[in-house]
Amino acid sequence: MNRNILFSIALLLTLALSTVFSGVSNAASNQLLIEVEIPRMNVAEYHRPYVAIWLEDSNRKATQIALWYDLDMKDNEGAKWLKDIRQWWRRIGRKAEQPFDGLTSATKGAGKHTISVDLNAKELKALAAGDYQLRIEASREVGGKEVVNIPLTWPIKASDYPLKASGNSELGDVLIQVN
Amino acid sequence: MKIYTPLKALLSIGMIVGLSFSANAHRAWIVPSTTNLSGDAPWVTFDAAVSNSLFVPEHVPLRMKGLMVQDPTGKLIEAVNAHTGKYRSTFDLNLVTEGTYKIGYASGGLRASWKDKEGKRKRWPARGKEANAADFSKEVPKSADSLKVSDSYRRLETFVTSGEPTDKVFEPTNSGLELIPVTHPNDLFVGEAAKFKFLFHGEPAAGVKLAIVKGDTRYRNDQNQIDVVTDAKGYVSITWPEAGMYLIEAEYEDDKAKAPATMRTGSYGATFAVLPL
Repeated sequence: MNRNILFSIALLLTLALSTVFSGVSNAASNQLLIEVEIPRMNVAEYHRPYVAIWLEDSNRKATQIALWYDLDMKDNEGAKWLKDIRQWWRRIGRKAEQPFDGLTSATKGAGKHTISVDLNAKELKALAAGDYQLRIEASREVGGKEVVNIPLTWPIKASDYPLKASGNSELGDVLIQVN
Repeated sequence: MKIYTPLKALLSIGMIVGLSFSANAHRAWIVPSTTNLSGDAPWVTFDAAVSNSLFVPEHVPLRMKGLMVQDPTGKLIEAVNAHTGKYRSTFDLNLVTEGTYKIGYASGGLRASWKDKEGKRKRWPARGKEANAADFSKEVPKSADSLKVSDSYRRLETFVTSGEPTDKVFEPTNSGLELIPVTHPNDLFVGEAAKFKFLFHGEPAAGVKLAIVKGDTRYRNDQNQIDVVTDAKGYVSITWPEAGMYLIEAEYEDDKAKAPATMRTGSYGATFAVLPL
C-alpha cells in the first residue's frame, strides 16, 4: 500500500469516529438553554443593565457565552462602560483578542430572556472535563452590580438539569435546561 | 480667638510630635479618575497634590514640571489640559494605545544638609534649585556642623490601563527605589494578596519600610495604616482589607554610598486602586 492510501484510510477513520462521537453527544444534549430574569426596577432613572455570561474552570480560565451591552451607540461609545462588568472585564473583556464576537447583542429590558448555547460550538467542545462555574454578571448605569454563580460539571449530563439560581438585586431567577 | 499660653504651648508641642509620625506628614500623590478603562481611546483625568488628608488637596499642588508619562510602548507622551491651581494640578491623558501607562516623577542624586556658622540649617541643592553635581564641591563645605551627604532618590507614580494590563512601563531604570510588580497594580482586588518586588539601583532592596493608607482619611478616626517590610529578596505581599484608592509609601536606606555621600536613600510613593469583587 502506498502512503496516500494509508493517509486516506486514516482520514476516513477519523471522520467516521468523530461523526460517531459527536453524534452521541448530539443525541444527549444539543443546547444549553439559559433563562435570565432582569428584574423590574422602581427607580427614577433606569438604564438596562450590561450583562455578561461566561464559564470559568477551577483555574479561572474563562469561556465567553454571552454579552449584552449598548453595541449600537455612535462611535461605539457603549464600550466605555464594559469595564463596569467588573469580574467579566477582568477575566475576558479586557483581553486584546475579543472571543465574544458573535456572542454579543443589545441590552435587554425587564423580563425573562432565554439564550440558547450551542454545545457543539468549537470553544465549548474543546473544554476539558471538570468542575465549572457559570457566571452571570449584571451592571447597571446609576444602579448596582451583581454576579450569580452556578456550579456545573462538564461535559453536561442531562440528568443534572434543570439548574436553578437567583440573584438578589440586579438579577432575578436563572433557569438552566438542556435540550 | 485668644489662646492661653499653656494651651498654645501644648498645641505647638502636639504639632512637633505630630510631624514625627509619618501618618501625619505631608504626603504627595497623583490620583487618576479611573484606573481601568474600556472602549476606544478613553480619557482619564488626574489630580496631583501634596496634602495631609488623603486624597484631599489642601496644602500645595504638585507642579507639572518634571511630570513624565510613559505609554504602553515605553514612549514618553505629553499630558494635556494641564492646570496648576492653589491646591492641586490637574491634567488629562487620552489613552490611544491599549495597555498600561505610567504617570509620575523621578529625581535623585547627591543631597547635603549642614548648619552654617550661625547655626542656620543649609541644604544643597537649595530649595527650588536643581542639583548640579559639578557645583557640589564649590557649594557644600568639606566639613561643617551636622554635615550629612547622601545619595538620595525620590519616585512618585501611578498607573492606568486601557484594556489588558501590560508590563513594558515596569522595566527597571535601575535608578533609585523602584517597584516591580508580581501582581499588576491595575489588577488589585479586595481580599486578594498582591506581591511586589522593590529594587534599589537595580538590586533587590531588603528591609524597605512600607506605609499603606487608604484614602478618605477625613471620614474616619484612625489612619488604619498597614506597615510591611520587604524580605531579603526585596519582596512584599499585601492583602487588601477593603476596596478603595490607596497610597503606598516606601522608604529605603543603606550605608553603601560612594564618597562624598555616606548614605543612600530611596523613597517611593504610588497610588493604587483596589477594586471590589
